[in-house]
Formats: sequence, C-alpha cells, structure tokens
Amino acid sequence: MIKATPKPLDEVISYIKDYNKILVAGCDGCVTVCEAGGMKEAKVLAASLRLYFQAQGKEAEIKETTVTRQCDKEYLDELKDLMESADAVISIACGVGIQYLTENYSKKIVFPGVDTHFMGANIDRGIFEERCAGCGQCVLASTGGICPIARCSKRMLNGPCGGSDNGKCEISKEVPCGWQLIYDRLEALGQLDRFETPVDPKNWATSRDGGPRRIVREDLRKAEPAHGGAH
Amino acid sequence: MRLQYPTNIHIIKVPCTGRVDLIHLLLAFEQGADGVFVAGCLEGDCHYMHGNLYARKRVGRAKEILDTIGVGRDRVEMYNLSAGQGSRWAEIAREFTERIRGLGPSPIRVAHEKKAA
Repeated sequence: MIKATPKPLDEVISYIKDYNKILVAGCDGCVTVCEAGGMKEAKVLAASLRLYFQAQGKEAEIKETTVTRQCDKEYLDELKDLMESADAVISIACGVGIQYLTENYSKKIVFPGVDTHFMGANIDRGIFEERCAGCGQCVLASTGGICPIARCSKRMLNGPCGGSDNGKCEISKEVPCGWQLIYDRLEALGQLDRFETPVDPKNWATSRDGGPRRIVREDLRKAEPAHGGAH
Repeated sequence: MRLQYPTNIHIIKVPCTGRVDLIHLLLAFEQGADGVFVAGCLEGDCHYMHGNLYARKRVGRAKEILDTIGVGRDRVEMYNLSAGQGSRWAEIAREFTERIRGLGPSPIRVAHEKKAA
C-alpha cells in the first residue's frame, strides 16, 4: 500500500498556528496500516494541537475524524459539515487524499500532515520497504517476481551493473542489489535462460516520465445506449 | 507495608503498561494533570512479554510532543519496578512529586484556571 510518515509536529504547528477552528481529517485506508494517518494518529495530532493552543493561552477548536478513504468523492462528501465549520484543515491521508480533498472543497485551506513516500510492503511493525514504482508495464513475469525498477537503484533491465558488490548495491551496504536478488530467484526457479536474451529498452511513457497519468477503463463504464432509445 | 507517599497522585490501574497508549498520556495533560508517570514492570519481567517496552517508547513520544509544544519533557516519565517493591513505589511517588513541584503547575492547567476565573 502507500506508505506515509507523520510530519514533525512543529512543522504542522507552523501551518495552522494562526487559525482557530481546525479539522484533522484522517483516512482509514493505507495511512491507517502504516500508522501515519488513521483514527489513532488523528486523535494524537488533535490532542497535541489542543495542548499547543492551551499552552499558548490561545483559544482554538480542534476536531478530528476519519473517513473510509479520501480518494473517493462519496466518502469526502461525508465531511461536508465538518469542513464547513473549519477555518483550516490538516489532512493526514496520503498525498492523493490530501489533493482530492482540496479539489472537492476548493474554498477550504488544506495542509498536509504527513509525508507520502512509496508503494511498499510491511516488513514488520513500523518497517516498510518500497516494492513497486508504478511504472505502468509490469515485468515481474520475467524477473522471478522481483522488480528491477523498484529494487534496482538504476532501474536497469539487464542488470546487474558493475556496482553490485557481494549482493549489495553500491549506494549502501543496507540495500540489496536488486539484480542479485533476481538472479538468485531465477536460479532457484531454473529460469536462468532469461539472461540469454537481453530485454529491449522499456517504454517509459507509461511511467511518471510520461507526465501525469490517467486510466480509463471502458469496461467499467456504462455502455452507450444502442439505438438512441429513451435517455 | 503501609508506607506514606504523597497524596496528590491519582492512580489509574491497568493490567499491563502496554495498555497505556500515547493518547492517554496526552489526554491526562489536556484534563489538567501537572505530570504523568507510567510505572511498569521491570524490563524482562513483563507478564505479557513486551508491554512495558512499548510503554517506554510511547512515553518517549509523549516527551517529544510535550517538548515541541512548550510543556516540557520532564512532566512525563517511565519507571520500572516490581509489584513487590513497595518502598521503591513510595520513593518514585516522592521523587516525581518533587520534580513536578519544582516545575510548577502545567501551563495547560494555568490556562484552564485563568479561563474559568
């Protein structure tokens, strides 16, 4: 899922210190799983901000809530009343949710309360690792299920490079060489013949490099009426 | 053991300090506590294995938050002792009370009282 981390409290305070009706809007989706923006975190942030205002001797009304997710308008609509009564909103959803909330409540001031990082897996509680770079053309079938875009620092398609050192990437001893991992896995699967034919250059247009992306699934949309029948 | 210790301590019993979450510590200050301490079992002796280790981390986070907002990290503390250490309990109670008396009332409580007046 998308992984995010809470922003430092002093940064959040710097955004909202001059407002006095604040809403902390969390999300029950990805940010709940990585413990950055769910109900627990919304309550902690709201309580911290209340304590801040009280310690300053300032009046402030701080409310907190979560919705099922902030990337769907039907859930954002549920926030209507709370949004109306707030001067400023801190959204602790992922970057998608923060933006979609802003789009759907364009007259409101919305600040981010988390930093959004990557699509990753939960290795253990509090430990998250990037696994998918969202390149739009998955090659996992030919790399034994290990992604050379997300796990190779250079996103090579015919790795490893000369910087692969005892199974570690040259950028850090903590980072395994993605291609070493791929090689070991393909060896275990008996698919080392994959290395006999180099793979063609990737079409990066489906990745971030092609600009902001949009998907239209025609199969999920309503069909056009066949014979101009009653609307 | 019938040892004397300061009367200004409000005890909230939990089955394990692992039950104490960050929000509980913050709410105590919101409700006017001048100081909060969490007394858990000796490390390694937690009946639920690591409850007291989680508690220590949460107290650590509370300290950071209290520092950032100007209330001060010394108003919250983690102590470890066994249920059989009656004198240590009294000592902790005295020590913490002294510390908080030295710091004075919590700025939150001061603000509440000013508002009520």
